[in-house]
Amino acid sequence: MVSAFSVVDAPARGPARRTTGGDLPPRLPPPGGDGDGPDREPDPRRPILDNARLATLFLIVAEVMLFAGLVSGFFVLRLGAPVWPPPLEPRLPVAATAVNTLVLLASSVAMLAARRALAERDLAALARRVGVTAALGALFLTVQGFEWVRLVRFGLTVSSGAYGSTFYTLIGAHALHVLVALLWVLLTLQLIVRGRFSPDRPGMMRACAMYWHFVVLLWPVLYVTVYLL
Amino acid sequence: MSAVSAAYVDTEHAEHHELGFLRTYVFSTDHKMIARQFLFLGLFMMILGGLLALVIRWQLAWPETAVPGLGWILTETEGILEPSTYNMAFTMHATIMIFFVVMPILAGAFGNFLIPLMIGARDMAFPFLNMLSFWVAALAGVLMLAGFFVPGGHAAAGWTSYAPLSSVTEYTGVNWGQNLWCISLFVLGISSMMGAINYITTVVNMRAPGMTLFRMPLVVWSLFITAILLLLALPVLTSGVAMLLFDRMLGTSWFRPSGGGEPLLWQHLFWYFGHPEVYILILPAMGIGSEILPVFARKPIFGYHAMAFSMIAIAFLSWIVYGHHMFVSGMNPTLGLSFMITTMIIAVPSAIKTFNWLGTLWGGRIRFTVPMLNALAFVSMFVIGGLSGIFMASTPVDIFIQDTYFIVAHIHYVVFGGSIFGAFAAIYYWFPKMFGRMTNPALGHLHFWPTFVFFNMTFFPMHILGVGGHMRRIYNPTQYEMLQPLQWWNVLITIGAIGLGLAQIPFVINFFWSLFAGRKAPVNPWNATTLEWSAPSPPPHLNWGPRLPTVHRGPYEYSVPGSSEDFLPQWEPSSAVPAGARRH
Ligand code: HEM
Ligand SMILES: [Cu+2]
Repeated sequence: MVSAFSVVDAPARGPARRTTGGDLPPRLPPPGGDGDGPDREPDPRRPILDNARLATLFLIVAEVMLFAGLVSGFFVLRLGAPVWPPPLEPRLPVAATAVNTLVLLASSVAMLAARRALAERDLAALARRVGVTAALGALFLTVQGFEWVRLVRFGLTVSSGAYGSTFYTLIGAHALHVLVALLWVLLTLQLIVRGRFSPDRPGMMRACAMYWHFVVLLWPVLYVTVYLL
Repeated sequence: MSAVSAAYVDTEHAEHHELGFLRTYVFSTDHKMIARQFLFLGLFMMILGGLLALVIRWQLAWPETAVPGLGWILTETEGILEPSTYNMAFTMHATIMIFFVVMPILAGAFGNFLIPLMIGARDMAFPFLNMLSFWVAALAGVLMLAGFFVPGGHAAAGWTSYAPLSSVTEYTGVNWGQNLWCISLFVLGISSMMGAINYITTVVNMRAPGMTLFRMPLVVWSLFITAILLLLALPVLTSGVAMLLFDRMLGTSWFRPSGGGEPLLWQHLFWYFGHPEVYILILPAMGIGSEILPVFARKPIFGYHAMAFSMIAIAFLSWIVYGHHMFVSGMNPTLGLSFMITTMIIAVPSAIKTFNWLGTLWGGRIRFTVPMLNALAFVSMFVIGGLSGIFMASTPVDIFIQDTYFIVAHIHYVVFGGSIFGAFAAIYYWFPKMFGRMTNPALGHLHFWPTFVFFNMTFFPMHILGVGGHMRRIYNPTQYEMLQPLQWWNVLITIGAIGLGLAQIPFVINFFWSLFAGRKAPVNPWNATTLEWSAPSPPPHLNWGPRLPTVHRGPYEYSVPGSSEDFLPQWEPSSAVPAGARRH
């Protein structure tokens, strides 16, 4: 049975290509490298995307489908309505939310800057910039919360027909996602501040950044759909 | 965060510490234990779903007579079904079978068990997420079962839960049952998403050295594609059930016309998920068939690449056919025509697969073992189900047979004949690897043959009933004069269904007897070539000893000319193989 796992076997075929397909014959351990002899496992393949980021990418794909469902539902109701927004319903705070959109976009910029700090291995700057990201995200959520309270006071509730239903479902779903992403960012921040984060293993930090950019970039789409169209 | 380096680290520890009972059997992160948990969840729910089916059948054959054994549950009516109970029974039968039997067994249990073992990985990419995915699914199961115990009874609007029947409480009188139905499927969606992300990441990143994409066994391909479909389809259902739940509980108007809502929206969302879902149910069974047929025909699979690409084609096409479930919803006939054409086209890759299975069998030295018999049943029954699909796909025909027993026949030929026979085949085939013991072949035959015969006795006549105009989901067929001459078919079907139920007893006995007292399984009892058969039976934590297998060739090298053995395992180095026998 032991020979079945032998590493030294298939002759090398042509120049090395780096594919996820693992098309290559197993790479041999570096001669005299870390010295555990020819018996050790072949080197792991270096995937294009590490597991954490690949998984986050697929998570984002699933989320896109979720919002695709919600947004198409919105359009079905929106296009089926004779007048939109329905008369006698409060108008959505377009201008205030536009400013709020900028706040959220700014948080993404801060996250990009954090990525740069990570590349430069400047942990202090990293912590600061991740902190700014979280603060801007929290600000966005707070403003949204205030707007909701005002809208409810003006009489727009979930049960105010299609208008209220779509507004609160779509915007609420997004707010929930920002909240979860914010918790993730805060968790990462806490790891950095406590010194439990090493720039050599940036996978989780990068995955977190990816997810944050996703919830940020999703917002303008929803803003245009729900507030402007 | 490199996964493989993580596996390195784990290997060091594996030999040293023993995990406690809880971590080994309950909150295990080992993909094989999670697979067994999914299997037990699915089999348990199958008993429940099966009993519900028998209740439905009793009512259809002998309407409004007391169902034997139900007297102590339905005390007020002394075992007689009321219309509302009947509606609940067929709704929950389908819901349980689709979401809590076929999906947990095929995608959950075999996905978990086979993917790491067949691609040569020590575990999933995210073992903890994997554990979470099982326990979230179990929670969904508990929520679903809880619906039986709430006042008003369980959901009764059909497994498709069309609005407004499902969205307005007054229509069915069901309140918390339907709410729990929504919540449970919402939770299950989260579980499936976690599982799908895990499967995809594992297949993409964790394959053993030499395991190229086109050296993967077809069942891994099928599970990979299933995971992609799950990832894309379930969130759409999730959005739909969220809207449904909000309509019911918060007073939104997504599906309520009086508030500007649109009931048809539910059908679009549901079937946009629903058609990919039926391929989620069948693709793993297709992969299982593609594994088992070559082993017991001792021949390479016919057209490996065609098999892989036809599954990819199915995955693409399944997004543009969903309208065939809505032909009579008042859609524009031109749109109906395009859905009809795409549906016809999606039958082509299925046909390619069928011909390749036949090509695999052609001229083989077939061994009629129990897994092989079930795999053959899968192929032949799937053909019948696929063909009835074509009938319904043509709009002029479908207008007459939609919502009749013809479609019930179709569903069952594909989901029972296809997916469940596939699941049985997989259980018999991988039982030795999963539990380290062989199943009993005599009991296996005693299970297979009656199942096969009674299956056809139960479901084939439904085609005839359907063409005769027997509506689906009706409480009492004898109320309709036109159906009275057909009633004896209903009696025959019910007798078949009872036989089908009894035929599962040998399976249960076999399963538990073999679990504890079966013959100890050798490493490779079927002389198969794929990597799982290089690990001990059952594989230990982390699957292989200190070194992972290295893959040297494709997965179906049977009866290779010039080779001394009639099979060349994927892990056997080429130097051990005579030069003339090399293929890749
Ligand atoms: C050759 C491929 C197939 C074709 C052409 C096809 C076609 C169809 C059509 C046209 C309908 C709608 C009938 C109606 O409502 O009037 C339908 C229903 C259905 N099909 Fe298929 N089908 C195929 C394969 C499958 C497979 C592989 C499965 C599952 C494993 C499946 C499961 C179902 C189910 C569950 C329904 C009923 C849904 C409901 O209304 O409750 N089909 N099929
Ligand atoms: Cu379909």
